[in-house]
Amino acid sequence: MKLSILVNEGPYTHQAADSAYQFTKAALDKGVEIFRVFFYHDGVNNGTRLTVPPQDDRNIQKNWSDLAEKHKLDLVVCIAAAQRRGILDEGEAKRHGKGEGAANIAPGFRISGLGQLIEAGIEADRLVVFGD
Amino acid sequence: MTTLHIVNKSPFEKNAMESCLGHALDGDAILLFEDGVYGALSNTRIANEISRRAGAVKFFVLGPDLNARGLGDGRIADGITVVDYSGFVDLVTTHGRTQSWL
Amino acid sequence: MSEAKKFLYVNRKAPYGTIYALESLEVVLIGAAFDQHVSLAFVDDGVFQIAKGQDTKSLGVKNFSPTYRALGDYGVTKFYVEKDSLDERGLSADDLMEITYEDENDGFAEKPSIIVVTKAEMAEVMRDQDVILSF
Repeated sequence: MKLSILVNEGPYTHQAADSAYQFTKAALDKGVEIFRVFFYHDGVNNGTRLTVPPQDDRNIQKNWSDLAEKHKLDLVVCIAAAQRRGILDEGEAKRHGKGEGAANIAPGFRISGLGQLIEAGIEADRLVVFGD
Repeated sequence: MTTLHIVNKSPFEKNAMESCLGHALDGDAILLFEDGVYGALSNTRIANEISRRAGAVKFFVLGPDLNARGLGDGRIADGITVVDYSGFVDLVTTHGRTQSWL
Repeated sequence: MSEAKKFLYVNRKAPYGTIYALESLEVVLIGAAFDQHVSLAFVDDGVFQIAKGQDTKSLGVKNFSPTYRALGDYGVTKFYVEKDSLDERGLSADDLMEITYEDENDGFAEKPSIIVVTKAEMAEVMRDQDVILSF
């Protein structure tokens, strides 16, 4: 059984990102395979390395990055939604002339097209959507 | 194959739960989580509809979201089963598809 | 890749107040290239997405409603619209845009894409799917 996850909301405003993380972690702990986690709409904001939450708060981006490293998770941020909201990788930062160091995609995340969401729906046995 | 419906909105604020109840078919399951857990309380205006459908439709509520909101088991309407995240995963894998009522 | 799956995009939100309708449509457009079976469902406030006469000039945002009418060219030809949702909102099918497609199996005859269904019929459409995307 393979699952894909869609996250439609950013961290900290709505619970969706936390719920998606807890669900993904629970699935992996049970040995259920996660084909991909796809971030869309404001969900792309889960993937910026520039968030600095207070020390007594959870770091949602880091939680995802750590989980990705531990389980070889595929965390994909939608390129169109990311560009609208200022989430860039090295290539995109350069292509749009945003200057040195503008890339802010967090470790373990990659930016790609919406086709990756459709593929996630096709290849996984179930898709679970977290949003507002 | 039956469907796992997932509701994350309070029924007192949004119509997601009402719409979900209107489309859930016999054999389906409904999981209430996030602010959706307020839909699992007893003695509410929606509790009657849940008890009317309970049996034909299976109702679940996410315990961690109940606890976070100070809602213990005693406040939950009859016929609703409390699950944890692991139980949430099981519900996803044992139903044919999931539908999130965002 | 596996066999073609049935994808249903469930639209329950009105356009413009939030970005969900627009970005949902962007997924439908990309998804159309994947040779899957695609249907759209318009339920609750989602029926406002395909209302006639949308004009966003004064808002300075893009009017994306014409895109729904172009979906037929991408093989997206099933728009299930729930009658109960229309009724509750004082709308009828006449208040919706004319959305059609050319049926290649019928001499490219122009046919309506909009299928008005009852709530019970919509529930059956939903259960018939492999993947349900909601935004």
